[in-house]
Amino acid sequence: MITKEPVITVKNMVKKFGHFVANDNLNFEVYKGEIFGFLGANGAGKTTAIRILCGLSTPTSGEMKVAGFDVFRQTENIKQNIGYMSQKFSLYEDLTIYQNIRFYGGVYGMKVAERKARTAEMLDRLGLTAYENRKIGDLPLGWKQKLAFSIAILHQPKIVFLDEPTGGVDPITRRQFWNLIYEAVEKGITVFVTTHYMDEAEYCDRVSIMADGRIVALDTPEKLKEQFNAANMDEVFLKIAR
Amino acid sequence: MIVVNELHKNYGETVALGKVSLTVEQGELFGLIGPDGAGKSSLMRVLMSLLLPDGGSATMNNLDVVRDYKKVRLITGYMPGRFSLYPDLTVEENLQFFATVFGTTIKENYHLIKDIYQQIEPYKNRRAGKLSGGMKQKLALSCALIHKPEILILDEPTTGVDAVSRKEFWEMLKRLKAMGITIMVSTPYMDEASMCDRIALIQEGHLMSVETPFAMMQAFAEDLWAVRSKKIYHTSKLLGELPSMISVNSFGQVLHLVTPKGIHTPQSIKDFLATLTESEVTVEPALATIEDVFILLMNNRKTKS
Repeated sequence: MITKEPVITVKNMVKKFGHFVANDNLNFEVYKGEIFGFLGANGAGKTTAIRILCGLSTPTSGEMKVAGFDVFRQTENIKQNIGYMSQKFSLYEDLTIYQNIRFYGGVYGMKVAERKARTAEMLDRLGLTAYENRKIGDLPLGWKQKLAFSIAILHQPKIVFLDEPTGGVDPITRRQFWNLIYEAVEKGITVFVTTHYMDEAEYCDRVSIMADGRIVALDTPEKLKEQFNAANMDEVFLKIAR
Repeated sequence: MIVVNELHKNYGETVALGKVSLTVEQGELFGLIGPDGAGKSSLMRVLMSLLLPDGGSATMNNLDVVRDYKKVRLITGYMPGRFSLYPDLTVEENLQFFATVFGTTIKENYHLIKDIYQQIEPYKNRRAGKLSGGMKQKLALSCALIHKPEILILDEPTTGVDAVSRKEFWEMLKRLKAMGITIMVSTPYMDEASMCDRIALIQEGHLMSVETPFAMMQAFAEDLWAVRSKKIYHTSKLLGELPSMISVNSFGQVLHLVTPKGIHTPQSIKDFLATLTESEVTVEPALATIEDVFILLMNNRKTKS
């Protein structure tokens, strides 16, 4: 259920590295319960923006709130209210499934009973209960990514940030992954996602496209296709980002 | 020409390559298409003599990749999956390094890399580690080309690269092919398959199919329907219950429904959905993409094993 209640508010966000302007006056809102696609070419400034919104980097100027907390002063509160998963870093390969869950549950300060209950429920849903003592390193990539996502939302964050979660994953698993995203949305979690697969851009409620540090387009996939007279999001992206 | 004959490689109990055989013709642009862990890198590493096979053999322009490995390295250019240039050297220093190692100069083979290198030349004094993803790939390709190889082996050159840079990269490969270079390239992006002369679909160490992309799409053995609806996720769930349905997957804003040949018509599918009070849908026959072919072959493998 998408409401017009913003969970992320970004006003005049600027981030400079020396003379280089990585984020040049960004303005947007992400609404509660939506899947927000955050697209852009390599080097457009996406990672910089995500790091700021996750409370990992301090912006140069602007007025930004994530889950109701200020990105300058309340970064610890932000971290407690979000989940994060990327293609590059997800879980500890040398730990078992169960140990990884225990570790992340601990990091997010979950109570033991709560963690145990949710772990059981999650492993059952993923069909992984019999494998809880397997090391992550021994799992196929598709399983790892599905597990990493489930762990990222184990503490029921308000928002989950997914940075290229499906890179290199086979086409069936890629779609199963999106089903997990839809399930999370049904539970009321807001999803902020980046991807290089343009068909996945179609699955988002709204999509923003960055180029050279600015947001050059932001709307629903339907409206963007209309606006740029394009048959699909791939064409929209090529028209804008080139 | 690359000839691969019953190559196999295991890592413990995991089969990385299960008796893989294929031939890449002189001057061909050949694609290895498959997800992470399918065996693409293992095959390329064996060809580049970076990994010894457990059995089988392979030749590159008639040189055996095990016995003649030193000669093989002289005639091949390789781009590993991970960025493997020196991050602390500048763009130009990296290129110079690779030219010197192969006993040549940038000047001597500049014509080969000109198109590609010109795009990053304005940054030639920047350290390689500070380049964006797309620029790193262009530098890596330049370094793989600087000794004028007869064969190029490119391991996922477009992974993690944005859609615009990916298109540019493939245009560069087409120009290199036109110069007569034999190219083997791997990718997890199914939509890039159509850029290749022929492709191999690889999954769990096995080649599921080797063909031209066009022939592969033409040979799709089942019926494929494009289903459009306002509530795509909901409709997809309903179609999962369609009698004799093989698979239903979302492809952007449409659903691709696969049913056995000759069983269903657009009307029979619509009628089925109407009984579930889902009436605002359109169903029409669709042409298979490489991703459809891949999914079907993956499902077939699963049902067999």
